[in-house]
Amino acid sequence: MYIVVVGGGKVGYYLAKELLDAGHELVILEKNSARARQISDELGSIVLNRDGCEGKHLAEAGANRASIVAAVTGDDEDNLVACQMAKHHFDVPRTIARVNNPKNEELFRHLGVDEIISPTRMALSAIEQDIPVHELLHIAQLKGGELDLVEAQISDDSPAVGRKPSDITLPEGCSLFLLVRGPSVQQIRPETVFQSGDKVLAVTRADTEQSLRRELIGDGDGVGEPSLTR
Amino acid sequence: MEVDNPVRAVIVGCGRVGAGLAERLARAGHDVVIVDIDTDAFNRLEPDFPGQAIRADGTDEDVLRRVGTEDADWFYALTEGDNRNAFAAQLAAETFGVDNVVAKINDPVRAEAYTALGLSTICRTRLLVDSLAVHAGLPTDPGAAGVRVAEGHHEHHDDSAPLRHTER
Repeated sequence: MYIVVVGGGKVGYYLAKELLDAGHELVILEKNSARARQISDELGSIVLNRDGCEGKHLAEAGANRASIVAAVTGDDEDNLVACQMAKHHFDVPRTIARVNNPKNEELFRHLGVDEIISPTRMALSAIEQDIPVHELLHIAQLKGGELDLVEAQISDDSPAVGRKPSDITLPEGCSLFLLVRGPSVQQIRPETVFQSGDKVLAVTRADTEQSLRRELIGDGDGVGEPSLTR
Repeated sequence: MEVDNPVRAVIVGCGRVGAGLAERLARAGHDVVIVDIDTDAFNRLEPDFPGQAIRADGTDEDVLRRVGTEDADWFYALTEGDNRNAFAAQLAAETFGVDNVVAKINDPVRAEAYTALGLSTICRTRLLVDSLAVHAGLPTDPGAAGVRVAEGHHEHHDDSAPLRHTER
């Protein structure tokens, strides 16, 4: 497969290295000349010292015969433009963009970028999972980000303690489906009574996440404000 | 010299072009907000500039919301970066539904591509080259018109509009 990588930072460099090892043909476009030289010293002459957003340079890099263009610079604007140019001007079948600011994910998707990689969000959810706060942990995004699979940790002061699912007013579009209690995993049934220490796996829409949090976890103690995730 | 029907214009980028346009529109009686990430850029405005100048990142969705992009009639992306302009202009058109959006894109190939995608663009390179060529006695390049208005420009709420045809 022929792949054009826009941006030769750490992400671009390691991506190129892996793709080369896997036997793909590729070129990296890196506009900083010192960085471009450094990469070609290490990986060979696969680097064009050019701005990968400029039409002329994408053409020079053979974008019109590329199967994939991956834009992985540290600037969201550059990544979006590189992908749009690739897709609409060079008919590249698959575009992949790194999105540094999670706020921009929706716009990128809306504007037709095929695949979005969000290192910021990935780092945040990895860190969240290591912080024992009264929070909903984000486990995965479903349906392209419309729905979230979350884990709620029930503690002593959670309003859900001692209650059954039917006693809890769930926001529309949420559902509770698995209970992790000690070493065992069980389905949540009508007769299940929530206890302190339970972990509840639920699916929620982004806009109902706050009310789900209130019902299961309570208002919390102010640690780990929700701004961590949205 | 106030205009009869004042409009609300949001301008991103207070360079010479942005500042010049902001002054003209505001002095004609329009409601103008100009955004730049650098406070010093506002020195290009006259001390009695009759609009609003806000220091913020005009490619940030929350900033654009705060300066009232949703209610804007016109949106101009006039920073020094083609990509920043393409980005801000698409935020304005797609996220905030602004009808009249113009992006300054100095790379002719990129300008062409974005006009085809449904953004109105102004390309300084083609404009200047054409003016100088005409001055040297060559015929004008019709593609180098001031602002190139995109086809289907006013219909971007329609799902068939150019920017949305690849939507999943």
